[in-house]
Amino acid sequence: MIPGSFNYHRPASVADAIKLLSDLGEDARPLAGGHSLVPMMKLRLASPAHLVDLHGIAGLKGIRRDGDTLLIGAMTTQHDLLASDEIAKSVPILHEAALLIADPQVRYRGTIGGNVANGDPGNDMPALMMTLGATYRLEGPGGAREVAAADFYQGAYFTALEPGEILTSISVPAPPAGHGYAYEKLKRKVGDYATAAAAVVLTMADGKVASCTIGLTNVHETPLVAADAAKAVIGTNLDSAALKKAAAAAETIMSPAADARGPVEYRKHVGGIMVTRALQRAASRAR
Amino acid sequence: MAKTHVTMKVNGAEVEGLVEPRTLLVHFIRENLQMTGTHIGCETTHCGACTVDIDGMSVKSCTMFAVQANGSEITTIEGMANADGSLSALQEGFRMMHGLQCGFCTPGMIMRAHRLLKENPSPSEEEIRMGISGNICRCTGYQNIVKAIQYAAAKLNGIEFKEAAE
Repeated sequence: MIPGSFNYHRPASVADAIKLLSDLGEDARPLAGGHSLVPMMKLRLASPAHLVDLHGIAGLKGIRRDGDTLLIGAMTTQHDLLASDEIAKSVPILHEAALLIADPQVRYRGTIGGNVANGDPGNDMPALMMTLGATYRLEGPGGAREVAAADFYQGAYFTALEPGEILTSISVPAPPAGHGYAYEKLKRKVGDYATAAAAVVLTMADGKVASCTIGLTNVHETPLVAADAAKAVIGTNLDSAALKKAAAAAETIMSPAADARGPVEYRKHVGGIMVTRALQRAASRAR
Repeated sequence: MAKTHVTMKVNGAEVEGLVEPRTLLVHFIRENLQMTGTHIGCETTHCGACTVDIDGMSVKSCTMFAVQANGSEITTIEGMANADGSLSALQEGFRMMHGLQCGFCTPGMIMRAHRLLKENPSPSEEEIRMGISGNICRCTGYQNIVKAIQYAAAKLNGIEFKEAAE
């Protein structure tokens, strides 16, 4: 399978990349790790006339801590995330989730920026970013702006990115010390997208849930935050009644597509189970 | 489409060529360089048969353009034997432990295992299995591939390989 012809551009700065994308318009696509776009091009489901490869821009890669916030460059790969002590220490749910993304080879190339910016409902990082309260830095011809992950996703492959804009970095507020976390992902095999997945970040006090956020992957055309499900467990000790209530509340907002991963009812059902398991595992980790 | 001049170091030798931007790295390696040890399996980034080592990363060469590898250092299966032509530890492991049947996945398996052992010289069985989870074998059931990698790890660590009891 050979992709259609295109012109290859390799800008050395964000400004040059934005200028190229603005000048070339709809015929141009930014290229990050390429592990979604290149397969699409080989299948001729995408045939951009221009690719603007972001690998030549040194400043887009890296992880650093600024106070209580982690700044992750868009071209940081999943492999980089897994190799980062800072991520493992401060935001361990990202480490846990990155290990569940694709396979080792794909993780050497696949980037966090591409994962969150593509708008693919099957990608894992978007729901995690919503759960963590992350914000995205978008840079375009009109300057830079910050958009909350929670406001970024509009539909499958539709995001807040305007023409000519690139997502350049992600700010993740580090969850409080002692928090519990878990990402539960049901998938048919290594490398598959989730049949359903749930992210939980919570804190416990005196055996009861003090704060809780729940995110959901691949059970809707966008990632979701299950606010009512989280509300259902706050103040409880995660007894079976509270867990049942949370799973039911989460299932209410799910509207997965029926596909090879199963019919709608099944995917919602296992989505509820992922919420239950993630809550229990997160609580067991909280201090 | 205008062609682009690329240079890279493949198995220690400087190589160059003219490629269209859409030329996949695996096609450049197999067709321009005439090194057909790197296999094309699924062409959809799943099977890992086309895995090569690029600048210290295991990469599926069907999912990267040759222009993107401009200036990089690449190792393919043709570069895996020892300098004197004898088999490297991994190649020997695959031979001794019967780590292949049809052999189609083997170049990708060895290239992936090569990077895995560089990063983790003494992996557990589970770490080996997760480490090669991006490589599909349809013959062996993976048992002997895992043993082959364990054999190589032991040899590289200077210890005698003992098969775990079944």
